[in-house]
Parts: sequence; C-alpha cells; structure tokens
Amino acid sequence: MEAAQVRYQPLWRVRLGLMRKSLATNWELFRDSKIGPIGLAIILFFGIFGALHPLLMSTVWDAAIYDPVTGYDFPTDAQLKQGLTHPLPPSTKHLLGTDPWGRDILSQLMYSTRAEFFLGVFAAFVTVFIGTLIGAISAYYGGFTDTFFMRLADVVMLFPLLAFLIVLSAMINLNLYTLAIVIGVIGGFGGITVVLKSQALTIKVKPYIEAAKVSGGSHLHIITTHIIPNVLPLSFLYMMFNVTGAIFTEAVLSFFGLMNIQMSWGLMVEMANISGYLVGDAVTKYWWLFWPASLSISLLCTAFYLVGRGIDEIVNPRLRKR
Amino acid sequence: MVVDIQTDTLVKVERLKKLFPVSRGMFRAVKNYLHAVDDVSFEIKKGEILGLAGESGCGKTTTGKLLVRLEEPTEGHIFLNGVDIATLEGRDLKKFRRNVQMIFQDPYESLNPRMTIYDTVAEPLAVQRIGNIVERQERVAEMLSVVGLTPPESFLFRFPHELSGGQRQRVAIARAIALNPAFIVADEPTSMLDVSIRTGVMKLMMELREKFEISYLYITHDLSVARYMCDRIAIMYLGKIVEMGETEEVIQNPLHPYARALLSAVPIPDPNYKREAIEIKGGVGKPIDPNPQCRFLDRCPVAVPHCEEAPHPPLEDKGGGHYAACYEVK
Amino acid sequence: MALLEVENLTMHYTTKKGDVQAVDGVSFSLERGEALGLVGESGCGKTSIAICLLKLLPENAKILDGHIYFNDQDLVPLGEKEIRKIRWKGISMIFQAAMNSLNPVYKVGDQIIEAIRNHERISEEAARERVAELFQLVGLNPERMDHYPHEYSGGMKQRAIIAMALACNPEIIIADEPTTALDVIVQDRILAEMNKIREKLNMGMMYISHDIAVIAEVSKRIGVMYAGKMAEFADTVTIFKHPAHPYTYALMNSFPSLRGEKRELQTVVGEPPDLLNPPTGCRFHPRCPYATPPCEKEEPRWEEIEPGHFIACWNPLRH
Repeated sequence: MEAAQVRYQPLWRVRLGLMRKSLATNWELFRDSKIGPIGLAIILFFGIFGALHPLLMSTVWDAAIYDPVTGYDFPTDAQLKQGLTHPLPPSTKHLLGTDPWGRDILSQLMYSTRAEFFLGVFAAFVTVFIGTLIGAISAYYGGFTDTFFMRLADVVMLFPLLAFLIVLSAMINLNLYTLAIVIGVIGGFGGITVVLKSQALTIKVKPYIEAAKVSGGSHLHIITTHIIPNVLPLSFLYMMFNVTGAIFTEAVLSFFGLMNIQMSWGLMVEMANISGYLVGDAVTKYWWLFWPASLSISLLCTAFYLVGRGIDEIVNPRLRKR
Repeated sequence: MVVDIQTDTLVKVERLKKLFPVSRGMFRAVKNYLHAVDDVSFEIKKGEILGLAGESGCGKTTTGKLLVRLEEPTEGHIFLNGVDIATLEGRDLKKFRRNVQMIFQDPYESLNPRMTIYDTVAEPLAVQRIGNIVERQERVAEMLSVVGLTPPESFLFRFPHELSGGQRQRVAIARAIALNPAFIVADEPTSMLDVSIRTGVMKLMMELREKFEISYLYITHDLSVARYMCDRIAIMYLGKIVEMGETEEVIQNPLHPYARALLSAVPIPDPNYKREAIEIKGGVGKPIDPNPQCRFLDRCPVAVPHCEEAPHPPLEDKGGGHYAACYEVK
Repeated sequence: MALLEVENLTMHYTTKKGDVQAVDGVSFSLERGEALGLVGESGCGKTSIAICLLKLLPENAKILDGHIYFNDQDLVPLGEKEIRKIRWKGISMIFQAAMNSLNPVYKVGDQIIEAIRNHERISEEAARERVAELFQLVGLNPERMDHYPHEYSGGMKQRAIIAMALACNPEIIIADEPTTALDVIVQDRILAEMNKIREKLNMGMMYISHDIAVIAEVSKRIGVMYAGKMAEFADTVTIFKHPAHPYTYALMNSFPSLRGEKRELQTVVGEPPDLLNPPTGCRFHPRCPYATPPCEKEEPRWEEIEPGHFIACWNPLRH
C-alpha cells in the first residue's frame, strides 16, 4: 500500500506540535474571556514581586536592615526629633514603612509571596489530584466504591475544616508543608470529588468507552486514557478555585497565630493586631501595617479566581460567545 | 454485486437471554425483570450481513452488545467459530476481542474528542499489544486509506472535531477493522449521517465485507437501508425475533402480522406509490415480566383463541428459510 | 396572491469567524390548504427559513433582504409587538424534538391551556373546552389532558404538541422534522393525522425534513435546499420523476426505497460546504458531476423552466 511508504515524523514531535497548537487555540479563548488575562497579569505581577526579593537582598538591601524577620532599622535623627518611632510611616528608605519591630514591610510582603504561591498551588494540586483520581474511579466502578467515597465526601463537606486545623495546630507543628498537605488531602476527599465524579459519569457512558472495552481495553486503560483526560480540564479549573481557598485558610490561621512560620501575609496582619494597631484610630493612622498584606491576600485570591473563570470559558463551550 | 456466501457458520446464537432488573415503586424490595432479549437464536455465516430490525426498545441494540460482550448474557450461548464466548473471562476474553468489533450510531460521541485520529485507530492495536509504534503507524495509515480517508497523513494527527460526520464514521470503521476482525456489530452506523454521505458509508461497509470477509450484524430501524445492506434480515419485537429470512423475501412478502404492519408503515420515496395501510392497535409497551403468551397478542389483528392459551410461538421455518413466530402463519 | 409568499429571503448569522450565509435568496409560496415540503441535508438552512417566517431570530441572526408576505402583509419589517399577533394565531410551528420540551411537572392539558391564554383573552373553561376539542382532533382521548408528560408515549406527546400548535387556529403550521424521533408505525399514524387535519381545517402546512420518503408522502410541492439556497422547487412528481437540478437527482437516487427494483444507490462525492465560505458561483459545483466553467464563476439564476418548476442551475438535466 502506498500509504506505508510515507515517512513519518517521530511521534513525540507530532504530539508536541499538536500540544502547541491546542495551547494556542486555548490561549485565544482565554484571552477573549477578558477577565482571565487580568487575573494572569496579577499573578505574574506577584510572581515577579516575589522573585525580586532574593535579588534585592543580595544586591541593594542590607540584610541587617531589610531582612523580613531579623532586620532592624534605627529611626533617623530627624524622625526621632519629631517623636517618631517604629512603626515608621512610608519613606524613601522604607517604601511601605516599618512594622512595630522596625522591620521593612515591603521586604516582608515580597518575602511572603513565595510562600503564598507555594502553599496555594501545592494544596490545590493535592486536592485536584486526589479528587480527579477518586472521581474517576468512583464514576467508573460505581457500586460500593462509589457509595463509600461519596459518603466520605459528604462527611468531609460537613467537616469544620478551620476548627479542625485550629485543633490540629495545637497537636502538631503546623508549617507551610504540613498545612498544604492537610488542606489538600481534606479538600481532595470533599466536594470536588462529587463534581469531578459527575463529570466522569457523563464520560463513562460515551460510546468511545464502549469501543475501548470491545477492543479489550482494561479498566486501568479506560480510566487513564479516556476518563481522566476528559475530566482533567475541569480539574484544572477547580484547581484555580482551590488555590484561593488554601491562601485564605493560611491567612486565617496565621492571623490567629496558629502557624509555625516566620513570615506570611496573614502573620503580618496578626502582628499589627497583637501589637495593638488594629483598633480605633490606629486603623487609619497606621494603615501600612495591615493594608498591604490584606490587599495582597485579596488580590492574589481574586487573581486565581479570575484565571479560573477564564479557564471556565475554555472548559465549558456553552459559555462561549458565538 | 453478488457475494458468494460460504456455507460455514461464523456466529451461532442459541437461546440468548438478557434480563435487566427493574425496581418499581418506592421500596426496592420488589424486583421485576425487563426481558430485553428473550430466547433469541440465529446464525450468521462467514461474510454474511444479517440485519436486525425493529422499533426502539425491541432489544436489537442489547442483542448487539451481548454479541460483543459489552453486556453479560443472562442465559444462552454465543458461538464464534464453534467456541462458546458467552462465558469467556480474563485472557481468553481479551483474545476473543480481537475477532469482534462494534461500530456505533453516533460518530460525534464514539470518538474521544481528546484523542487524535491516529490514537483512536491505533487504540485496539495498543491494548492488544500488536506491533511496535512504527508498525502501528503504518497499519493505521493503511486502515485510513482503506476507509477512504486519503491521503492518510493529512488525517492522522487531526482531532475528531475537525472532521465531518461522514469522515468520523469512517474513522470509527477504521478503528473497527484495525484488528482484522471476523465479525462486526454495526449499530445504526448510518442513521445520523446525511443522505448524500450515507450511501458512501454503506458502500464502504459492503466493500470491506468482500475485501476482508467480514460478517456483520447490522442493527437498524430503517428497513429501506436494511434492504440495501443485508443478505438476511431478522425483525424483533419486544425481545423476540418474530420473523427472519432472506431480505427481499421478508420485505416483499412478510409473514408475521407485526412485520407486515411495520413494513407497511415505511414511507416510500415515490409519490406515485400508494402503500396499503395495515393498522395495528396500540403502541409498543415494555417487556417487564411479560405474559407467557405471544408478545404481540394484545395488538394482533389476526389473533385466534388458541393464541390466548398457547405460549409464545416458536420461530419456525415456514418454507424456504423464511422463519416466523406465529401460529396463524402456515 | 398565495397565503404565504417568500421572496428572495436572505438571512445571515454573524459569528466571530464571519457571516454564515444560512439562507440566501430563497423564494417559494404556499397556498391555503396546501402541504409543502422543504427537504435538504443538515445545515442547508431549512430550519433557518422557519425561524425567519416566525421571526424567532436569535440575537446574531439578521434578515438582510427579501420579503415574507403572509396574507399580503410583509412580515420582514414588522416589530416584535406586531409579529406576536401573527405567531401562533397566523403561523405556528412544531419545533424539532418539541415533544421533549413539554414541562414534566405540569399536566399536558394545563400547558396547552396556558399557551392559549397567553395569546387570547379567553376564560379558563373555554380554553379547556378548546383543548378537549383539539385533543379529539389529533386523536388523543380528552381524558388524557389531566395526565403528566411522563405518562405519555412518544407518539402521544407529539400529538399533544400538534394540538398545541393548532390551539390558536393558525392558518399555517410549520412542522420541523415532526416525526424524526418516532418509530415508523407511530410516524405513519402521526403523518396521516396531520394530513387529515390539514384537509379538514384547510390550512397550509410546511414540512421540513431530511427524510425524502416522508416529504414525498406528505407534500404536494417540494423545495430542495442546498447550502442555504433553494436548488429546485416543483410539484412532488416532477421532483421525483423529472428532477432538473443535479443535486435533486443525486439526492433522489441516494435514498434507498423499500419498494420498486433495487437499483444501485448513488453517492455524492465530497461534503456539504462551509457556509462561512461558500463556493463561488453555484454552491453545488464542487460536487456536481455536470459542472462546467461558468458554474464556478457565476451564480445560476432562479428561473421558472416550465410552469411551476423553478430551478437554479446552469446545466439542468433533461429527461
């Protein structure tokens, strides 16, 4: 047959090309969603913002003054004469001022960004990984497996996560990694499995699954090559929404001082609180103590949400405009 | 197009039954059974196309799925080349799957939207671990040109949504023949296609039958299509085959009262042709725990008192290989 | 003038990729008491025409040209308020798969009563009486009014939908694939019922279908659509026995029949065109076995080649 003489490109190269092509079309849809790119721009901003910190520390910022945890800067004579002491308002030296312990707020803000990213994305990844796997498995097998995981999801959904984390923080050393894993795992067995399972169920009944069975495809083959790839876009979407939840949870725990970490946005707000700057007139007078941190939390969460909505347009074609 | 049908049997179905439990009412304790396929027997010869026709809910699709083991039979035997495949398991089942394939009705749903045409057609080869990557690629290209998707290179790495309905159905056919099966169950493969595309797909399936000696079970609700595709035809009603025989014989000279009513209701694309009207009462019910009598009894225009007492009539040869399941047909 | 007269109707859908030329210069007429068939493959624009006639246009659709005369009144310039008086009462429609659109939580009779009362000021009792009459007209037991849709079979639902379409005594009913989801025996009954109703009420009926056999049985005249254009329009016998357009000819010969000799079925090569970018000249020319150079360049005119037989083709077939 003539066709057999065709010279083929190596398969991986073809696939790479296809992937690039699909990325391009998806990017176009994402771009058309308008709000997606805004979110992405904010995320990019924070990404650069966080990445700049080590750079600044090794070049222009003196560690003794600017270290987000151990730094201290003496007020200048001029400031002392005015009766000013820490926390100092924004100045050219400290663009966002200093905290009650004389540390640079901007440096703290930049330093914490990395942690927030890590926590949010890692926790969301764990959630979605577990959720996708369990969703696909319980949809495909049904029966007891399905009932078990769905009842478990019900329990997890009714579970007071924050209260549990508060108790947990008393029992174990809750740092960023453990928190990410705990949030991720608990999230993974919760509501997301129900959503992803219902998606997997719509795929399970497609004739191409039957075609794979007729060819002799194993359960594993069907789950991995047909069900999961078709659930994955939705998983990715939920991952974006889950980032938001994880960052919020961390902020709340830090605010209560329950986290064993040196610096985070939540902790910055907490420090403003415990040193008595979150009451009465102080709220407006010492705005730099908590506004930058709380704004960053809101902004980053919003950004991931916006990106999620942008991806929504790709995943759910019915949302697209004609 | 005269095809020399060899006399040896490829598929032999014996007293095949499939019951689905249905729960009625608030409490699930009471189990009833839907007799989707009830005591069905037939044979398909090598290279033969047997049409399975009937209205929706008559059990024709379930029969097809039983034959490719997408459904587990409740009772009965399915012999493929003399081997009973109704109870195969594990490795034997997987090996059996090389010999049978299925083509589905909806070409928009039967291809995974996230898989390229290559991956789709190569899937049977991959799961059966046949050939290496290069061989598979060659095989897929060959299959694509066999089904008329030429040049194959231009189709290999496209996605289903870039193809038209007719092209998709050709891809589905390429997937079905990739393992070189002896038997294909085709479930309404052309009913979703446009008229001008449909003929091409029908002709392709006939060509493949000749080229690769494939036998088909051709499931359809459209008797006009069945007339063109099938060597023999079986008409089902509520889980039972009520009539079976050479296609032209069944269509021009139906014996069973249901078959006669069904055939008389098919519109004819000829404004000068006047159909004779054969009215039957009522509509199709569901065979849930049916009475032992003839399934067609309550709608039958020719029923006699004997029909009320006797069990469902057996499918008997009424002469010349024309079978009917009716006491009143002599 | 005919009851319904469509002249040079042109409707496009605006999409991100450009304009879809769904209906392009279509003309036909429908007489009182006549059954007309519109036949064509999916995406040929036959449903779009129906949408134009009722002016149920989606947001991105626009009638660019042409006239729709219903009882000598042009519907094209009419606003939403005026067209409402004509919808249902003048022209009503049985939508494709409408039987699945019955609301499962209301009784079927009540749904029709509500539909009537939305369009006419009439007491509930009077509406109920009307629905009972309609049920009898379409062959349903009026007692069925108080049943829910799930208690209906497919055929019964379709009858209820027909009753609903008849509710405001329209002069024209447009039936878009009225029997496609039904089994043949039920289809046969429904079509016979619709025919009876048409004769009894002397109304115009326009059948839209891809099924040539169904169209052949129910319609007196047929319009064959291809890629947004009317290819041929004539009485049923002419269309089937002496088609002049190569597409009509191919379509007729690709359709299997249960009766008559078993002739070889024809295949039309290629695929229907993308209406975002239809071929130049005659839209059928890339698939046409009789295409000549002019077919590629110039659009064929819509001409009456013999009384009542219209065609748009440079090389009509002669029989």
